[in-house]
Amino acid sequence: MDIQEAQAYLQDSLHEISQAFQKVPGSSVLIRYIQSSYQNDPVRSFIELILVIFFVRYLLSPSYATHGPNYVKLREDEIDELVKEWEPEPLVGEQTAFEEIEAEKVPVIVGPTGPKVKLLNGRTVTNLASYNFYNLNASESIKEKAIQTLRTYGVGPCGPPQFYGTQDVHMTTEGDIASFLGTQSSIVYAHAFSTITSVIPCFCKRGDVIVADRMVNYSIRKGLEASRSTIRWYKHNDMEDLEQVMRKVAQEQAKKRILTRRFIVTEGIFEMVGDCSDLPTLIELKEKYKFRLALDETWSFGVLGRNGRGLTEAQNVDAEAVDMILGSLSGPLCAAGGFCAGSKDVVEHQRINAAAYTYSAALPAMSAVTASETLNVLQCNPEILIQCRENIRAMRAQLDPRSDWVKCTSDAENPVMLLVLKPEVVQQRQLSVADQERLFLDCVEETLANGVLITRLKTTPLISSLGAQNAEVNIQPALKVCITSGLSKKEIEKAGVTIRHAITKVMTRKTNRQPTLAG
Amino acid sequence: MSQPERPGERRPSQSRGNRLSQFFSSPKSKDQVSAQQALMAMQNNSAPIITAASLSLPSISLSTATAGEPNGDEIATTLYQPPSSAETDRQKRLDAQFGPLIDPAHRYVSKHHGEPLRAPIIDEPPYYYVLTTYISYLLLLALGHIRDFFGKRFSKKPLYRTLRAANGYAPLNDDFDSFYTRRLKLRIDDVFARTSTGVPGRFISLLDRVSDNFNETYNYTGTNTETLNMSSYNYLGFAQSEGPCANAVEQCVRRNGLSFCSSRADAGTSDLVCEVEREIATFVGKPSAMVFSMGFVTNASSFPALVSKGCLILSDELNHASIRLGARLSGAVIRSFSHNDMMDLEKRLREAIAQGQPRTHRPWKKILVAVEGLYSMEGTMCDLPGILNLKDTYKFSLYVDEAHSVGALGPRGRGVCDYFGIDPSRVDVLMGTLTKSFGANGGYVAAEKHIIDKLKSCNAATMLGESPTPAVLMQILASLRIITGEMVPGEGEERLQRIAFNSRYLRLGLKRLGMIVYGHDDSPIIPVTLYNPAKISAFSHEMLKRKISVVVVGYPATPLISSRARFCVSAAHNKDDMDRLLAACDEVGDILQLKFSTGIAGGLKPLPDGVPAENEKSWRETNGRTAAIDPPRWTLEDIIAHGAADAKVRLR
Ligand SMILES: Cc1ncc(COP(=O)(O)O)c(C=O)c1O
Repeated sequence: MDIQEAQAYLQDSLHEISQAFQKVPGSSVLIRYIQSSYQNDPVRSFIELILVIFFVRYLLSPSYATHGPNYVKLREDEIDELVKEWEPEPLVGEQTAFEEIEAEKVPVIVGPTGPKVKLLNGRTVTNLASYNFYNLNASESIKEKAIQTLRTYGVGPCGPPQFYGTQDVHMTTEGDIASFLGTQSSIVYAHAFSTITSVIPCFCKRGDVIVADRMVNYSIRKGLEASRSTIRWYKHNDMEDLEQVMRKVAQEQAKKRILTRRFIVTEGIFEMVGDCSDLPTLIELKEKYKFRLALDETWSFGVLGRNGRGLTEAQNVDAEAVDMILGSLSGPLCAAGGFCAGSKDVVEHQRINAAAYTYSAALPAMSAVTASETLNVLQCNPEILIQCRENIRAMRAQLDPRSDWVKCTSDAENPVMLLVLKPEVVQQRQLSVADQERLFLDCVEETLANGVLITRLKTTPLISSLGAQNAEVNIQPALKVCITSGLSKKEIEKAGVTIRHAITKVMTRKTNRQPTLAG
Repeated sequence: MSQPERPGERRPSQSRGNRLSQFFSSPKSKDQVSAQQALMAMQNNSAPIITAASLSLPSISLSTATAGEPNGDEIATTLYQPPSSAETDRQKRLDAQFGPLIDPAHRYVSKHHGEPLRAPIIDEPPYYYVLTTYISYLLLLALGHIRDFFGKRFSKKPLYRTLRAANGYAPLNDDFDSFYTRRLKLRIDDVFARTSTGVPGRFISLLDRVSDNFNETYNYTGTNTETLNMSSYNYLGFAQSEGPCANAVEQCVRRNGLSFCSSRADAGTSDLVCEVEREIATFVGKPSAMVFSMGFVTNASSFPALVSKGCLILSDELNHASIRLGARLSGAVIRSFSHNDMMDLEKRLREAIAQGQPRTHRPWKKILVAVEGLYSMEGTMCDLPGILNLKDTYKFSLYVDEAHSVGALGPRGRGVCDYFGIDPSRVDVLMGTLTKSFGANGGYVAAEKHIIDKLKSCNAATMLGESPTPAVLMQILASLRIITGEMVPGEGEERLQRIAFNSRYLRLGLKRLGMIVYGHDDSPIIPVTLYNPAKISAFSHEMLKRKISVVVVGYPATPLISSRARFCVSAAHNKDDMDRLLAACDEVGDILQLKFSTGIAGGLKPLPDGVPAENEKSWRETNGRTAAIDPPRWTLEDIIAHGAADAKVRLR
């Protein structure tokens, strides 16, 4: 092929291209524009050209930077070698000795749970380890209702609420919870433990500010983490500290002239300590500094107040003053799942934005109906709460003032009694968290040997996720004694004596008496 | 519970003394037989003696089918019984939950046949539909923004209340975040969250509702509509209120009560839950397993227990929200790879291992690849053989979420490993949910014993979260035993083979109608693309008019362009139901112009006799059919006439 031919070919194709280009509508305008602008202002045309090139490059480049600044380019064979050399750690570590013992000692119950339970080893023991405070689990009429529901709805709803998983019973239960609490509306989740983990990130986004109590439980902490908001902590139940933190936030925002969503997140009864929040002050502060309040009533709903409506009832606060009340249907209510109650806006927003609601199957109809039924019991028979509180008092009398070793940090009306080692004991023997856990494990075992099932507060998930931060938070291991109205006062007192003696026995054992040197 | 109460209304209290005395009646201890014994008792009562009272399921196959081969040529034993009117009613009710099998030939074994798993061919509609879809969204967005602009400034409507800063509070919702909900979803909100009642089985009853304020609130008219249920994840049809499962559950509630009222680590571990864990482990083929009371939490709490800072999670881009939440809470670095794309996964693995951790270049402690067995919006299966190939080279750990695949796939219903004929021990962690195929609630994790032991010690949901209720546990146990054939032998197998047949039959039929269908052939999740946003609600309404309930999804659950309807096939359906659905799709497809497939993804006319599929190309060439393939537009009659046979051979 000689040069001429190639030239002719080139010219031909150029001609063709330009003709094709001219056929495109608007092309002449473009050409005229480029020509005139080039004549008037060649620099501008040049800049525009660079802009166009930049734009095209931008469009073609991947949407995010694939390599960080310290990316090391390696040859394929080098990578192969690295791949061959790389040895991952095993997927999980070894169980620690403590974990092994703990796992071995988990009680396995046979048959129903109740004030007395039968264990796998055949023994029947007094059960002070379940949240079955009013023994509603044994109610024949509620069981009958649940079975009727089974015979109409089956067990699982087989779908998430947004896709036909919402059943009329769920709406009834939501209505029942709202009217029980006195809020506008409520939403039922399939799992109590994960409810608040999902609710917090559904409202709080990056940039928002959350002020939270240092002692909040694991679920809340995970919710805070997932929200990516700015978290400020205040000292446990210290309203002055809270006010200081809130004032600071408000001032900072006023200075920067920004207004973000601001939340206080705290618990009604603290899972890790057992004491109550001061709701009237919280409300006062929240209104003063324009914060919203999310109150986790997992441990106080069904427990505090005349009818078990929770902290709002116990401290005479209008439930509508709290923006969100979260609670559990799975504890004393003997159903399953959790809820969030609040205004219509708050509730409806969650229906499509809260991950654990939108992306998970709805609550089984049987559990929804059970929750409605047990709420009705609380409403109609407040005396069962009174009976339970009498038992709490009876147990407390056996433990708190009488024991040399432990004290109860729980509120006087909290059926979950948390017993922590007295500070002087901890100090004198220099007990680390692990030591305390081990001692309590022994206490639980000793108590069980004497026919009473109690348990320990499970602090490991929270402490291990806190890591070094726990020095500040100071989560303390505790024994957990759950009172039920299903036992008589005599039985409770007897169990109390058993527990007290078991603690004394463990604490005075020779091997436990010396201060641990390992610390 | 036949009459649902209105929310807010309270029942009058009952006689108090009577109620109180009931609460404290403690159960008799001699009732406490082990769950195992109870089940055996149930089984002995219900299986062999078929009386009117124990005739619990519409079709109990008495044939002795063997695994692997659908038992087509045996004639089911029929027992003649003159039906009374009460009996007919009862039978009707049962059939509404679980349809009778019309022909024993309507069964198929869900199994992979060894060839490499190819990604399904994604067909595309003509440009007209793509363009109009984009224009529709553009219009919707523009209108929405205009309305927001004026609404926020001038309107007093409650709709805007949460968007405005008021009274010193920042708005509750960002208008950006809620824009989609308010401006797009609200328009078609009546197709979502339709309230149902009764069993979500073969049919589902919807509460009729109307809205006079453009879907802000609904008024329930008090009537119900029974619709064909193509929406529930009731894969094996265990959503039933009668039959061996429900009987076992009833007994269990009477015996064990309503709840264990405690976390697993405190006093919520029962012999029942231990038994369920053992059975699940055996079922999925792992040494050990643990159950949770919610599938979402299973993922959300297992990742933090497995990986932490210094580890890498490689997650399929389409993974479920629960996996993403768990990954985020774990503190590990998360990277995603293109859906089911082994090349991309390999590329990312090589890069990860070569580069090590960001900044420090330290080697990763662990790399965990997380995939789902069956993807619920796409109907695709994970390429397990491909991933395991990579696993051998790159030594990562593998976490497979079998939420949708367990029960629904495999000749024995044991999930993707079973389907591909792969030894489950090659996958490190098998997770699944019990919400779907088992008709219960909750999730499980199965793995080597030392992994489960460690997980039990450090998984927050086990330590602190509630344990599953007795009813749920028994439902799991009973349905599991039916699947394995321990209870009511033959029935589990029938269920597995029915769902496999139904899935293939429906998929083939829809392709032949000319619709664009996503997913792998054996998947019981069948998404059909709709494209234009207006068709999302139109399709759902048209289907509802024909008494069929379907799930429709659009952006943001899917890419902007490919809104879709999703059919979830169940073993409770029979061929008549599939035909009814196909007939409806035929009509609606014409009305809404949904038949736009080109045929590249299947549904073609069969090859003439004697031409094997491998030779199709040469046959085309020799017969002068080099032109593009004809788009499939079969008539309904042809589809029904040929479907049953064609669904059982390789689909084309
Ligand atoms: C892949 C996957 N994982 C987990 C879940 C959550 O399961 P559950 O509905 O039991 O919470 C789902 C449910 O939609 C899912 O699709």
